Amino acid sequence: MAQMNMLHAINEALSIAMKADERMVVFGEDVGHFGGVFRATSGLQEQFGRDRCFNTPLTEQGIAGFANGLASHGMTPVAEIQFADYIFPAFDQIVNEAAKFRYRSGNEFNVGGLTFRTPYGGGIAGGHYHSQSPEAYFTQTPGLKVVVPRNPEQAKGLLLAAIRDPNPVIFFEPKRLYRASVGEVPEGDYQIELGKADVVKHGTDITVLAWGAQMEIVEKACVMAEKEGISCEIIDLRTLSPWDIDTVAKSVKKTGRLVINHEAPLTGGFAGEIAATIQQECFLHLESPINRVCGLDTPYPLIHEKEYMPDELKTFEAIKATMAF
Amino acid sequence: MSNATLSNETVHRVSFLDKASLHIPILRVLQADGTTYENAVLPVIDQDLAAKIYDTCVFTRVLDERMLGAQRQGRISFYMTCTGEEAAIIGSTAALDKGDVILAQYREHAALRYRGFTTEQFMNQMFSNEKDLGKGRQMPIHYGSKALNYHTISSPLATQIPQATGVAYGQKLKGERNVTICYFGEGAASEGDFHAGLNMASVLKAPVIFFCRNNGYAISTPTEEQYAGNGIASRGVGYGMHTIRVDGNDMLAVLAATQQARAYALENNAPVLIEAMTYRLGAHSSSDDPSGYRSKDEEAKWQQHDPVKRFKLWLINKGWLNEADDVKTHEQYREEVLAAVKVAEKLPVPRLDEIIEDVLDKPTAVLKKQLKDLKEHINKYPKAYPKSAGRL
Repeated sequence: MAQMNMLHAINEALSIAMKADERMVVFGEDVGHFGGVFRATSGLQEQFGRDRCFNTPLTEQGIAGFANGLASHGMTPVAEIQFADYIFPAFDQIVNEAAKFRYRSGNEFNVGGLTFRTPYGGGIAGGHYHSQSPEAYFTQTPGLKVVVPRNPEQAKGLLLAAIRDPNPVIFFEPKRLYRASVGEVPEGDYQIELGKADVVKHGTDITVLAWGAQMEIVEKACVMAEKEGISCEIIDLRTLSPWDIDTVAKSVKKTGRLVINHEAPLTGGFAGEIAATIQQECFLHLESPINRVCGLDTPYPLIHEKEYMPDELKTFEAIKATMAF
Repeated sequence: MSNATLSNETVHRVSFLDKASLHIPILRVLQADGTTYENAVLPVIDQDLAAKIYDTCVFTRVLDERMLGAQRQGRISFYMTCTGEEAAIIGSTAALDKGDVILAQYREHAALRYRGFTTEQFMNQMFSNEKDLGKGRQMPIHYGSKALNYHTISSPLATQIPQATGVAYGQKLKGERNVTICYFGEGAASEGDFHAGLNMASVLKAPVIFFCRNNGYAISTPTEEQYAGNGIASRGVGYGMHTIRVDGNDMLAVLAATQQARAYALENNAPVLIEAMTYRLGAHSSSDDPSGYRSKDEEAKWQQHDPVKRFKLWLINKGWLNEADDVKTHEQYREEVLAAVKVAEKLPVPRLDEIIEDVLDKPTAVLKKQLKDLKEHINKYPKAYPKSAGRL
């Protein structure tokens, strides 16, 4: 075990995966010699050469299409989109191409080797274009896996699993935790299974569900709730597509209550999908309506970022309201 | 030209074209010592225009220096300078009419200043206060002004390029005697939107000037890793567009090229591409440190080509500027900027009600409910939301 931040853990995962798989290549804007604007790919070009870790021209649609081509030819591309806010020029290549490569060809071709890494989320004074959480655009697309880690240990294990998963994966990295989240990370090569949620704290009164950077927010809210005598069960969904219905449903059947938190706007957000499925699975066990604590239905505002965010106080209030229903 | 007449010459053995096939000269008017080249054709410029251009240069230098400092002190969250690219930006804007529309990338605040954006307006945006035209919603330097025909900046790269084609086509249909100018960097020219915008402008005949600031770097990525062809200018020819490459650190060359580009675009309802060769002397942004990807020697070499110094020498040679006045102008702007900072940073942020305005033309019922719930929540925890709690 070593103490490290999330960037270091991601860098280590990339290095381990590149060592183990000589077909793996890492590329994107500024990822080469410079090591990426957040330095997640630091040292990889020196270690593995310019053919395997390199800058691309500034074109997200090009990066994604190029990654599709590499993956269709049996390579293992790990492409960085510099900010998730800039993934949209690549939307066509991801949604219409990566996600349908296998299905449309009757599995003659697939791009299972590919992984997109992209920093997402707010809390860094980034305004509209350095703060968004666009995961729900991709969870609505069959044919992709969507993964979001909460801390360095999870980031390393989930990224190694994502790179080796035989399906295209979008790996959303919570950039406000890149340096802020520091923790023990196992040494060497290990994977955390995709599609499995993680019950990070057991409790009996209410289930509180989140992913990525919002995990530390809901954990703070639950500390406040526990002081009021409310026993919280906290779940990190980790993989949003395909998501672990069984673990969430089992928990809600026990607690009878569910609060879901995400940074993206409420309307059309992934919490709506979870709520619909859980009321179907757990209807007779529910003691109160499923509650969502999310971003507002506005573009991400710079100056009112604090007010916009689904913070621990809003989550704490939602937990109390759900208990008191 | 139909496909049948594309080639006016037929050959009978294989012969490939390469990037050397296209001969692209670079326009230079002003020499390093402030004199003009022999036989150089000067732009249309009188003392008033020259003074306004130079005044904008001085203001921009002072603003960039002071606001980068303010960012380092933690007074604003982010900043971007345009140091080294003033001639490209100001020389081109100075060739335009006030009614011409500007769609910029993000490093062209000098153009906005030239149009008349006040020091106070710059500060209001950077401090996200209640007087910011953008209502505090975007990061510092994302300016915009309807009154000055300057579209609000959007961070995603190259999105403004096809938009500029649309604006210009609209100008043509409305019968306006104006053009559109679209600024972007050589990095943004790798985006798909670049191809879409230029091709559509040529095919649909839109009076738009595409102005590429080829400044050597897209964040850390040098041009050698951005394109393999003959710069950006070679592409304009491919789109069937009038194209010119200019020394972007030569104020008079940029002004001359843009004046003629504007006249051509207007008369012919056709686009023009200008590639200005320049250098980003500063970091990409306040979040960037160029020492990780380029040498101090390289930066020092480009300092020798400072576009503002070169233009200043010309003004002095003409007898239109003297050192004493220049020092005084610098001092005045330093004081003005500092004073404006002190005012702007004390103004309150926009009211919370603004958060749901402008999503659509009117807030939806859902948004109104979200705002009401948010206010109730803030009233419960006023200390946690100090920016808005006192003014709900």
